[in-house]
Formats: sequence, structure tokens, C-alpha cells
Amino acid sequence: MRLKIALAAFTAAALALSGCSAGSLGSSDDDGSGVTLSFMVDNSDTNSKMAEGLAKEFNAKNPGIVVKVETRPQGTEGDNLVKTRLSTGDMTDVFQYNSGSLMQALAPTKNLVAVDDQPWAGKLDENFKTSVTSEQKLFGAPFGTYNAGAILYNREVYQKNGLRVPTTWDEFMANNAKLKAAGVAPVIQSYGETWTSQLFVLGDFHNVTAAQPDFAEKYTANQAKYATTPAALAGFEHLQEVHAAGYTNKDFASAKLNDAVEQLAKGTGAHYPILSGIISQLLGTFPEEKDTIGLFPIPGDDAAKNGLTVWAPAGAYIPASTTGEKLDAARKFLAFIASPEGCAAQANATVINGPFAVQGCTLPDDVPQVVKDMQTYIDKPGASSLALEFLSPVKGPALEQICVEVGSGIRKAPDGAKLYDEDVKKQAQQLGLPGWS
Amino acid sequence: MSVLLETRDGTARDTGSPPARVRSPYPHWFYLPAAIVYGVLFLIPTFASFYFSLTRWTLFESHFIGLDNFVQFFQEPALVKGFVNTLIYGVVTSGAKVVLGLLLAVLLTSRIVARGYLRSVVFFPVLVSTIGVGLTFTVLMNPEQGLINQTLATVGIEGPGWLTDPSYALLSVALVDVWKGVGLATLIYIAGIVSIPQEYFEAARVDGAGAWANFRHLILPLARPATVTVIILSLIGGLRSFDLIWAMTRGGPGFTSDVIASVIYKQYQAGFYGLSTAGNVVLFVVVTAIVLPLSRFLNRKEVEL
Repeated sequence: MRLKIALAAFTAAALALSGCSAGSLGSSDDDGSGVTLSFMVDNSDTNSKMAEGLAKEFNAKNPGIVVKVETRPQGTEGDNLVKTRLSTGDMTDVFQYNSGSLMQALAPTKNLVAVDDQPWAGKLDENFKTSVTSEQKLFGAPFGTYNAGAILYNREVYQKNGLRVPTTWDEFMANNAKLKAAGVAPVIQSYGETWTSQLFVLGDFHNVTAAQPDFAEKYTANQAKYATTPAALAGFEHLQEVHAAGYTNKDFASAKLNDAVEQLAKGTGAHYPILSGIISQLLGTFPEEKDTIGLFPIPGDDAAKNGLTVWAPAGAYIPASTTGEKLDAARKFLAFIASPEGCAAQANATVINGPFAVQGCTLPDDVPQVVKDMQTYIDKPGASSLALEFLSPVKGPALEQICVEVGSGIRKAPDGAKLYDEDVKKQAQQLGLPGWS
Repeated sequence: MSVLLETRDGTARDTGSPPARVRSPYPHWFYLPAAIVYGVLFLIPTFASFYFSLTRWTLFESHFIGLDNFVQFFQEPALVKGFVNTLIYGVVTSGAKVVLGLLLAVLLTSRIVARGYLRSVVFFPVLVSTIGVGLTFTVLMNPEQGLINQTLATVGIEGPGWLTDPSYALLSVALVDVWKGVGLATLIYIAGIVSIPQEYFEAARVDGAGAWANFRHLILPLARPATVTVIILSLIGGLRSFDLIWAMTRGGPGFTSDVIASVIYKQYQAGFYGLSTAGNVVLFVVVTAIVLPLSRFLNRKEVEL
């Protein structure tokens, strides 16, 4: 009797202990033979569907392993959560997170497991490799697809008003004038969700590198600034011009992403500078508009250098806290994600927003017009560049607020750019980059 | 208070014991649990935060950088704005709560119908979650679809963008804060007014004092302790307010409704831990510097009366 009680107490303690240990949530319900991997993704519609799709296919193919998807908030709240859980060794067995500067901020060499030695590493697209590499080591498998920071536009509105896709900023502003006269809000902005305010600046980066190819490098080394580089300052100026000319939608200050998407789909607004990935959200509500919404790059000064700024896919990473048989299983899962089957699993789960970063992955034939438009720029040599955040770890956290201020006429463009340069300094110092202290 | 009790007890009981024992009837280790809790949860973190505010740290490592964090924090452009906003917010909410709280308390201590019910109605918003209140009012204050502006539109007034217009955003939040917090101020005032002895009012009536004279010469001076409590509580609350502002505007549009606490929070969110620790030390000093002399001043006046 006493033994039984002792045993019961012991099991209870063991259970309680295993409940606390890193990333073993839900491990109590397997039958003992298999491994359960927890996989954390952000809670956006597209990403959570893709993760579920990947987990389902992977579980079907690998009987001994069960992948369970957990979600986390997006934005800075999510960043915080990921950083804290990594620091405390309490991260899930595999997790999805941005590539580029945000991944660099996770201190990958210390917190993540490198995957250079994996057979699939050679099959990744170069641009993606650049954005998940830190100190010559590769850290992630591509989750999702390329994205573009560009202007989504309503093709029906363009047709009705006899407009042509602009290749310079002046042409774009001329189109806006005609649209305004026709009673359509030329440029939709949604400052109710502040992150959406940044695209005129971030999506303009192709134009910046076109004018000054070594900007990213110098910027990282504290030698080039937004405020003093005319091509870089242009993004802030565009933001200001659009507001000053009264080209924004009436509710720009309070509109949320959803409202903006609705205005674009219904044609009450013509242009929306945003990440191309939101097309899946748009098509979720307005599936019949698949071919109505198109995409063009944010135009710069020179029509000959017109091109697209692209965002590399997010990565799926293994934290250093994953060890033993879980690590083997996690490697298998990453290999699956970075395989054509993985691409297919993602494509089946949701609408695909852009090209994949794995060689051998093909796009389905029925992709939306936005993706077709994107592909033409990506296929054309020299007509696309990675966004700055994939080339430099330096990205300030306050850009969204600054863009809201410049875009609502609270602050002037040069002042906004200067303020952003200051903001960036803090990030560089926190990362301990050379040349900033 | 505990000191008083102890000495009285000690001297009364064992007059023959050595003086060290006389002072306290309890062994010193009785204080140990409380001291440990206080030390671990309050003293150590406070001093640690003073140290960490002088470093640039991540969760694993820190390196000492002297006063750089403070220099940078004071160069933070949002900070100056945040400082001014914090003061405006603290003074506006505190002032409005004093005035409205006193008036409501006078109303609710007079002989009116359904007094008990009205008292609970005024107090009800205090019980609701701040975040819930914030989100509700964000919806109500939406410039295009919000109930407030739609109501105004029916009488032909075009309401402003309460939370999106830089010149109104902070005051709109302050308004909601007052709505939510005035119940507590009223409650304190009701307690203060009720505790004024009825004899004074009777005497005043005999002297022929009217309602205004009653209010001016009896309620106002005799409810002074209540006023002091309300001012101190609401000013501290206003100076360190964060949740309502974050729920309603996140400091926006841009930086126009940022207060010190939200500036600090954003630094923390961005991973600038050293900088945000420095910010918290600054906030601590500022709140102390304002509230300590104020509380001394208000309480001294009370004694002199």
C-alpha cells in the first residue's frame, strides 16, 4: 500500500516535471514508440494553414513522428515571445520565424541548430540562403513563398479609366490625379494597423540599390544614412507627397488591413502599397477577384531601372534546446519542408502568394494574377532585389510609427528620415555591430 | 503602529528582563519570512535594475556602458513628447477626477431617488477590465463607423477623429480614463462627506447657511483628507498610466499620444533591455520627485487646518 502511494507520488512528480521541460507539451499522449514535435508558427491565416498542411502530410508519411502545430501572435509581441522562449530554453522543437534581420536578432549561432550539413541545403534559392545565413552558417528551411513589397492595384479600375501601369513615380502621380478626378481614392493606406504604413519606404529598396548598389553594405557599416542618401530619402518623400496631394482614402488614419483590402477589391480605392502576401487574405473574402487584382513595383525615377523589391520566405528553424531523437525528427521535418513534396503540401493548404525558394518546386497553374505579375519581374534579370532587411541586420523598430507620422502630415519627410536613422542606431548598438558605438 | 503596540506590551509585562528583550516580545526570526519575501521580490530587483540600467544587456549577458543608456534615453525624440504628454495626462485626469468626483459625491450623498443604485452605477466602470474598456471605446470612437460620431452626425455635427487626430488622441484617452476612474474618486469623497458630523450642518442651518455656503465652508474644507487621497492616487495612476493608452492608441498616431511608460515599453519590445531599464529608473525618479513633495505639502496643510 505504502509502495503504491510512493509510486503514485513519483509518477505524479515525474509527470509534473516532464510538463515543465522544454517543448515537451503534449508528449504524454503518444504511445511511447513515436516522437512528438511541437512546431510554432505565427497565427496569420496563410501561415497557420500552411503549417497545418505541412504537418498533416508529414505525419502521414512518417508514422513514427507526430508534428503538432502551435500558434503565436504576430508582430512585435510575437518577436518578444520567440526571443524570451529561446533565451529560457523553452522553445518548441521546431519554429517558424522571419528570415533576414529579425533572424539575426535571435543570435542564431548561439540559439539555433545549423543545417549546412543537410542534403537539401544545396537545393535552396541563393536569395533565401543569404537571408538565413549568419557567420557562414545556414540556419533554416524556407517556410512559405517569396513575397513582394509593391503596389497592388485594381485592374478593372485601371481599365475603366484607361490607365497604364506606371514605370516612374511621375507617371504614378499622374495616374493618381486622374483617379481622384474620377472619384476613386487613388492610394489606400491603413494606419489603423501601423505596420502597413512602411511599404513606400521598404518596398522602394530596389530603387535605392539601383541608384546606389553598395547602399546596404555601407548602411550596415554606419556609412550611409536614409536622411543623406537622396534615393533612400525618396521613400519618405513619396509617403509625404501622397498625403499632401490628398490622394489617400478618407479613413486612412483609422482603416485596418481588412478595410483596405475591401476597398481595393471593391474598386473604391485603386492602389494599395503592401506586401503581396495579403492577396490570400483578399481572396479569402473576395474569391471572385482573383484576376482583378494585379501588382506593380513601387516606381522610382528611372523607367529603365524599374523593378521589384522582394521579401524572402520565412524560415523554419530548430532551436538549440532540441536534442536527441527529437533533433533527428526535427531534421527530417525540415528536409520535408525544403522538398518539392513540402512545397506541394503548402500549396494545397492555402492560396500561394509567390514563388517558392526550393529548386524543383513548381507553382500551380491557377495562381492569382498578383503572383503572375510578380513572376515576370523575378524572371527578368536585374528586375528584382531583396529588401534591405535581408541584406542588413540593421532595422529600427519605430519605422512604422515614423511612417504613420510622415504619411499623415504630422512630420516632414527629411525629419522622419533623420529620426529613423537615430532609431536604427539603437538596434545596431544592441547587436554590437562594428562602427556604431 | 506595530512599534507602538510592542513597546506598550513589553513594558507592561516583564519589567525585570534585560532591556533588549523588553523591546520586542517576538524573536527576530519571526521577521525572517517577510524580510526574505521583501528582499527577494522588491529590494534585490530594485537594486539590480539600478545596475542593469547602466549596461547594455540581453537575457544572457550584459556589458557595462556607464550612463550611455540615460544619455540615449533623453535623446529619444519620442521621450520629450512622452514626458509632456505624461504630465498633461496626469494633471488632466487627476483634476477632472477631483472636480467630477466631488460633484458626484455631493449629489449622491444628498436625498435623491434611487441613491444606492446610482452610487453603484457610478462605481461600475471601475470594476471593468481596462483593456476591455479601451477596446470598446476604440470602436465607439472610430471616426467613420463609431457610435459617437454617427450620433453626432444625426444632429449635423461632424465629429473629429477622436483617436486618429494628433491633437485629440491623448485627450480622448484621458476622457475615457476619467470615465473609468471617477467612480473610485466619488467613493472616496462619499466616505469623506459622510464622515463629517451632522452637528456642523445643523449649526450651519441655524445660522441660515444655504446649499452653496454648506458646500464652500463645510464640505470643501472638511473633505480635505479625501481630496488629498484622490489627488495623490489619481496623479500616481495618471503618471504611470499605460494599459489604457496602449489598448486605445499604442501611442499613436505616430508618437503623438506616447507617455513615458509606453516609450519604455516600446524599447523593451524592441529588445533594448538596458535602455528600457534606464527608462524605468527615470520614471521611478520622476514619479517620486513629483509625488513625494506633493504628498508632504498636502498633508502638512491638513495638519495646519
